[in-house]
Amino acid sequence: MVQSKPVKAPQEPWRDPAAKSFVHIDNVTKVFDNTYAVDGVTLDIYRGEFFCLLGGSGCGKSTLLRMLAGLDQPTSGRILIDGTDMTRVPPYARPVNMMFQSYALFPHMTVEQNVAFGLKQQKVGKREIRERVAGLLELVRMTPFALRKPDQLSGGQRQRVALIRSLARQPKLLLLDEPLAALDKKLREHTQFELVNIQERVGTTFIMVTHDQEEAMTVSTRIAVMEAGRIEQVGTPASVYEYPASRHVAEFIGAVNILEGRVVEQAGERLLIRAESVGCDLVMVYKQPLPEGTPVTVAVRPEKLVATEQLPSAGYNTVKGVITDFAYLGDVSIYLVRLPTGQQMRVQLTNLARLTETPLTWDQEVYLSWLPDSGVVFPS
Amino acid sequence: MSRWSAINGSSRGAGEWLGDVLTGHHGRRLVIVLPYLWLLLFFFLPFVIVLKISLAEVLLARPPYSPLWQYLQDGTLQIQLHLDNYLRLWEDPLYFIAYLKSLKIAGISTLVCLLIGYPMAYAIARTRDPLRNILLMLIILPFWTSFLIRVYAWIGILKSNGLLNNLLLALGLIDQPLALLHTDFAVYLGIVYSYLPFMVLPLYATLSRMDRTLLEAAADLGCKPWKAFLSVTLPLSLPGIIAGCMLVFIPAVGEFVIPDLLGGPDSLMIGKVLWTEFFSNRDWPAASAVAVVMLVLLVVPLTLFQRAQEKSEGKTPL
Repeated sequence: MVQSKPVKAPQEPWRDPAAKSFVHIDNVTKVFDNTYAVDGVTLDIYRGEFFCLLGGSGCGKSTLLRMLAGLDQPTSGRILIDGTDMTRVPPYARPVNMMFQSYALFPHMTVEQNVAFGLKQQKVGKREIRERVAGLLELVRMTPFALRKPDQLSGGQRQRVALIRSLARQPKLLLLDEPLAALDKKLREHTQFELVNIQERVGTTFIMVTHDQEEAMTVSTRIAVMEAGRIEQVGTPASVYEYPASRHVAEFIGAVNILEGRVVEQAGERLLIRAESVGCDLVMVYKQPLPEGTPVTVAVRPEKLVATEQLPSAGYNTVKGVITDFAYLGDVSIYLVRLPTGQQMRVQLTNLARLTETPLTWDQEVYLSWLPDSGVVFPS
Repeated sequence: MSRWSAINGSSRGAGEWLGDVLTGHHGRRLVIVLPYLWLLLFFFLPFVIVLKISLAEVLLARPPYSPLWQYLQDGTLQIQLHLDNYLRLWEDPLYFIAYLKSLKIAGISTLVCLLIGYPMAYAIARTRDPLRNILLMLIILPFWTSFLIRVYAWIGILKSNGLLNNLLLALGLIDQPLALLHTDFAVYLGIVYSYLPFMVLPLYATLSRMDRTLLEAAADLGCKPWKAFLSVTLPLSLPGIIAGCMLVFIPAVGEFVIPDLLGGPDSLMIGKVLWTEFFSNRDWPAASAVAVVMLVLLVVPLTLFQRAQEKSEGKTPL
């Protein structure tokens, strides 16, 4: 997992109840042919954020983005940008620009003409257009390709042209629809950091749509996880990862072990759960009161598990199993452990020592244990 | 598998062998050679014959023109090139006027076809599928009736006691029948009506292939719909516009049937002049000269145009 960008405390306006949002999406719904593409979404995005809409295909993230651009009209609800109601404003009159997934570069224009296109629609002098286009080309190191047509560029070059074309009008808000989807893995990782750098330099608010959780965690200040037209959770990458609001979010972002059980007892914030699927009792932290017998789902990340050959001292959160498979990835190793109940557990261990042979291998019996606060409980 | 074993292999059918040949190296050559052979036989050769006749002299004989070369009795080869056919085209203003009129009628008709055809093609390209196929079908439908019959039908509509005049009289819009038939107007109407599908189809082909997100991108970049049409849709549909205009303009210049049936005495087009020279005057050399000049008039500007087009496309540095 790539670590998310550290966000400084004063730069977290969403923690401040008095802070004014820059983009306010107010109960927006979009219906296409009797299906709810976007279903009652309310969302506040603050100035200077790099916000990600994350979700699988068909979850409504692109439709929401297109409504922000004005390319689709909400069936109901309002969209405010910088305090102005933009719900019915046509796309050409919005202070918003979009970078399209297909890049949508004009094939009959050169790189330079593509970038200048948006500026030519404004009352900007010819000299200023030339200077600004030159500056943008410099920003993404595309100056030598200024006179080429889009079909004479590589995928990565087209992507950069599309980015600066959408930045040329200095929009208040930049929308990015899967901007890196067409690039190969290595270029994509490199471009993620470049995008963050550019965003910090130009200071524009970015809203990006992606289906790639790693990409979302790398670039964004906050993530909204979407499913079936609704927003399931909004939060920083760390909070969405460590404190997923639902089982779906936990499963969508990163790998997770899901354990089913029933509440036996609650003592303060501690919950005793009997989990037959695992074959042991679980003690987890849960702050709200839960009645006895409530079925619950416990989600524990693979890296939160500890694997030992000896039985650990704690009498709970400990299961025994056999390693059925493992993968050495250099920095970490991933183990698949089968419990006697048949449940499969995924464990991730950091390779701290330099060993040519890992101490744990196939068919070995291991004990897996975790701390009460290293997992999340969802009442089913 | 080599082609030889394919040919010699007795277990393989002739169809498979043909398939091998067509996909193989020889096949590719065959595919290229066949249309050229066709053009050579049915276009270039007849043109050379026409060119030859245009350099002859009228004779009251069969064929009605002098031979280009003949062996005299003393064994010398005599070649006679009569350039006076071309000289006459230059000196007699009738031909010049007919050429000019043809270009004018074809040019204006092409423009009108473009102005009517573009919105039609645009609308069809924007229509969803079941309706789109029906609309395309309607464009092609007139071809199922003979061209001649369709032009004849216009006579019934346009003549003094025809459908249109009767309708206008019945509605009380006019007191006297309008003289519509045998006018330039009828010729324009006939050409635009007949050639409109040739304009719509290539335009539809380019417009339907256009990526719709380009217009969204233009709108997103602050471009109003009308301006987006001018700066994105129009330049991207230029190949369709050129193809459509050529498909209308070229045959319209040499059009004979429409001016003959619908036109009046002063709708003198070069196709009609050619027909008169050939059939009424039986002056094959003069008719041939008219045809050769017409071809040159059409081919030279088209070639120059295509050159310019290629140059402008290859201008961007690689």
